[in-house]
Amino acid sequence: MGEGLLVRKIRFGTVIDHIPAGNALNVVRILGINGDEGIRLAIIMNTESSKLGRKDIVKIEGRELTMDELNIIALIAPTATINIIRDYEVYRKEKVSVPDYIEGIIRCSNPSCISNQGRETAKPKFRVVSKEPLTLECIYCERYTSREEIVKQFISHMGV
Amino acid sequence: MMFKGRDVISILDFTSEDLMKIFRVASEMEAYVKTGVDLLRDRILALLFFEPSTRTMFSFQTAMYRLGGKCLVFSGVERTSIAKGETLGDTIRMMDGYANAIVIRHKIEGAAKYAAEIAEAPVINAGDGSHHHPTQAMLDLYTIWKARGRIGGLKIGVLGDLKYGRASTSFIFGASLFKPETLYLISPPELQVKPEVRDKLGEMNINYVETTDLTNVIKELDVLYVTRIQKERFPDLAEYERVKGSYQINRSLLTGVKDDLMILHPLPRVDEISPEVDETRYAYYFEEARNAIPVRMALLKLILLGD
Ligand SMILES: [Zn+2]
Repeated sequence: MGEGLLVRKIRFGTVIDHIPAGNALNVVRILGINGDEGIRLAIIMNTESSKLGRKDIVKIEGRELTMDELNIIALIAPTATINIIRDYEVYRKEKVSVPDYIEGIIRCSNPSCISNQGRETAKPKFRVVSKEPLTLECIYCERYTSREEIVKQFISHMGV
Repeated sequence: MMFKGRDVISILDFTSEDLMKIFRVASEMEAYVKTGVDLLRDRILALLFFEPSTRTMFSFQTAMYRLGGKCLVFSGVERTSIAKGETLGDTIRMMDGYANAIVIRHKIEGAAKYAAEIAEAPVINAGDGSHHHPTQAMLDLYTIWKARGRIGGLKIGVLGDLKYGRASTSFIFGASLFKPETLYLISPPELQVKPEVRDKLGEMNINYVETTDLTNVIKELDVLYVTRIQKERFPDLAEYERVKGSYQINRSLLTGVKDDLMILHPLPRVDEISPEVDETRYAYYFEEARNAIPVRMALLKLILLGD
């Protein structure tokens, strides 16, 4: 099969590479992309990788995301690498890294936490107590949330 | 740190010096627990108890009255606007306009911290779910300090439901601020402290031991803090009965303990301490309950008037 068809080069934008196979859709979700923003997006799943065996790739055309926006990916895909593309060339290459503090995006694992009470305006906020294994501490209830629990949250959103 | 206007969310918001300050003011307040002292005239304390309470609510109320202040009280959710669907955030905004300080108890964890983000007035956490109960820990520690003249360097045991108990968690952290010689965490395996608590004790360099064995450990202790084990926590009733039986404090269990062992309990107790222990020299839990008044008076004075 012509790989070239799948990975047609983009002119400007962001390529998220080395996503553990099967996680591309979670990555798109964690970036808050719903599909109705008009962003041109290519998702390549289960392609060969020398490093990971199989990997996923997400290509976002026409938008350069900042590392602040992209580092959130490290919560579910810590191996991901970022290529910023300008004029078909890789302008910049970076690895994602787990931020020290996270606000919004993910939910506290404690259903009795104030940040999980729909009608209250308490936004989930976390302090990262450990990057590997990933452990987030809720600012409100101080309960831990793990990588497995974060991945589960994004899977449960799929198909909505 | 300055006390005026300060929120009281977790006992770990305080240092041991801060707590000593509260204890010194509390011992000054002892003289006024039955007569009162006119320090907070025209000040209003809002008591928002979304979850029922008798002793915590009444003792805050008593403390405020003894200081010459007034209270706005509501208890339970039925007869308030909460039942009509007002959010906690809106309730706090409203009370913030009326009161000089807000005491809140809520079954939702983090509710007090959230309230403190919204309110300009200082917020005091009187219990948020199974999370924190800092003012209980203050009066528990005051009881030890009053009897022993110190808290640090003692062998302290905490017994019962260490997983879901907010009083035990706050006491564990509070005692840790004073660097105990050893902290014994005594519980059935299913009710051990959460990993979150274990990590904090590690960060604080606390010498702690987790054990299921009360009978041997009790002979080592200077202080035993007893909490209730709730039936609802056990899927198997027979297991509950077995655990409950092995952790009941009675006279025969107390043979061979240190002469000056102090037994504390945040109350109410069910049957974890047998009434026959009440008459022994070890029983400090009624004294502890009385200490709620001077300690809460001290805290309200410090928060509303400053140091
Ligand atoms: Zn939480």
